[in-house]
Amino acid sequence: MSLHTLTIHQLREKLRRGAVSAREATQSLLDRILSVDSRLKAYLWLNAEDALAQADAIDRSGIARNGKLLGGVPIAIKDVINVEGQPCTCASKILKGHTSVYDAFVVQRLREAGAILLGRTNMDEFAMGSSTENSSWGITHNPWDLECIPGGSSGGSAAAVAADEAFAALGSDTGGSIRQPASLCGCVGFKPTYGRVSRYGLVAFASSLDQIGPFTKTVADGALMLRVLAGHDPQDSTSVPRPVPDYAKMFGDGVKGLRIGLPKEYFIDGMNREVEVATRAAIKKLQELGAEIVEISLPHTDYAVAVYYLIATAEASANLARFDGVRYGARVAGEDVIDMYGKTRGAGFGPEVKRRIILGTYALSAGYYDAYYVRAQKVRTLIRQDFENAFEKCDAIVTPTSPEVAFRIGEKTDDPLKMYLSDIFTISVNLAGICGVSLPCGFTNDPRLPIGLQILGKSFDEETVLRVAHAYEQATEWHKARPRL
Amino acid sequence: MANDTNQFDVGYVAHLARLHLTETEKQKIASQLKDTLAYVAKLNELDVSKVEPTAHATPLANVLRKDEVRPSIDRATILKNAPEQARDLFIVPKIVE
Repeated sequence: MSLHTLTIHQLREKLRRGAVSAREATQSLLDRILSVDSRLKAYLWLNAEDALAQADAIDRSGIARNGKLLGGVPIAIKDVINVEGQPCTCASKILKGHTSVYDAFVVQRLREAGAILLGRTNMDEFAMGSSTENSSWGITHNPWDLECIPGGSSGGSAAAVAADEAFAALGSDTGGSIRQPASLCGCVGFKPTYGRVSRYGLVAFASSLDQIGPFTKTVADGALMLRVLAGHDPQDSTSVPRPVPDYAKMFGDGVKGLRIGLPKEYFIDGMNREVEVATRAAIKKLQELGAEIVEISLPHTDYAVAVYYLIATAEASANLARFDGVRYGARVAGEDVIDMYGKTRGAGFGPEVKRRIILGTYALSAGYYDAYYVRAQKVRTLIRQDFENAFEKCDAIVTPTSPEVAFRIGEKTDDPLKMYLSDIFTISVNLAGICGVSLPCGFTNDPRLPIGLQILGKSFDEETVLRVAHAYEQATEWHKARPRL
Repeated sequence: MANDTNQFDVGYVAHLARLHLTETEKQKIASQLKDTLAYVAKLNELDVSKVEPTAHATPLANVLRKDEVRPSIDRATILKNAPEQARDLFIVPKIVE
């Protein structure tokens, strides 16, 4: 039996009955990884012995057979989230050889829920990118077409879940880094409301935008993962003390009577024609299921990418100042301490990270601060207000996740601006701080590549987003498709 | 907004960022950022004179806690990742004469 193809819910049912052990579940993933990951390269680090030892401990303790939400389920972790005793490099040379000395809050939560921390997945360096091509350790391939990118920045996590190399994986989403790769790899990727999931132990990229979330094979698994990850953490001052509901509780209610908003600004010229057709078909399906479709407007959509690239790079330039060759990572000797900082950072960071540090430093520098950074923050207010106004007319918003499907490796590496524009539909969500999911809604014809549907909700209304997503998923077959590897 | 992107001095900004760049890197970044800055200039189209800036999207303000001693990661563990360390300290190049 091929356990690796199961969803978390299916696996948990078998574990609970004692039909399989945590060791068997872990071994089946290790076998799968051994057979396909030399072609995909989704994982950066994996220790089979350690994973099996964790599984054995869970089997001995009986955790897999009790009610723990993830008892005996192996989970993959993006290389930007700290797991004590495992490497954490953010796919950057500057952190080569770095071993985490503590668990991120979400990792503590996974351990408490009985999960096995399987391995580290590839990403764009410091989560900066949309294709995972900015990893210092090599590219990850899209499981549907090995010549294509998996999306980014959490490309390794998305590819691992889509290729049944993981039952679920954690990612981080600053401008679409969970939703866009989920869309391009054909799995479910959830970005929670800012403040819903603690960022403690997530290496910071842009602190006002970053949020951790899960990749899963189904929406129900995403709801389960979120229930484990969400909740108040005093170690993150932006973590919001609100109760965590059972996100699957309203699944039975379907979408009847819900108002679904379609933002007219999200159906743009130059968008992949098949993406548009699939999105419109999905909207029709939601209508058939009883949802009311209303046209809405998000008038400042066109400014979101510009706002994002000023705010995210400004915050990144400050956050990445800590990588200076003193407390961790590599060091390159210099004539004095300033020279040592510069040489260490010059040798340790890759081209995209350098580009963003320069842009962010410039946007914050004397004489330009008001013109760039403060102006971007003001337009951020307008974008946030767009969503507040829209949510007076609707309960959820539906859009394509990305204007395109997976593109070919190398196609956009020389044109950063073109790469930035592939996040045009996901970026506003982080600026507004709201929540959203991407789930499969079709395929292009030739080549056959997954298309993602994005569903957005109000701040802290994860329940409605997941409810709409689940209703759509259950009424279609897209989530059952698997790549041939 | 500063439209004059010709003034963009990569060398100066790289020094502010403590980031050593080669001449080739400087040229490439300068030309790519010129495009990016021209793109973000579209924010000038909007009148934001009466708009308050948004720094973050949390509904929280002034999150306070008691100032009390709590356990933290021990020194030896933290020093394990240091590029250079001795006598329970991080070692850096001399910074004072």
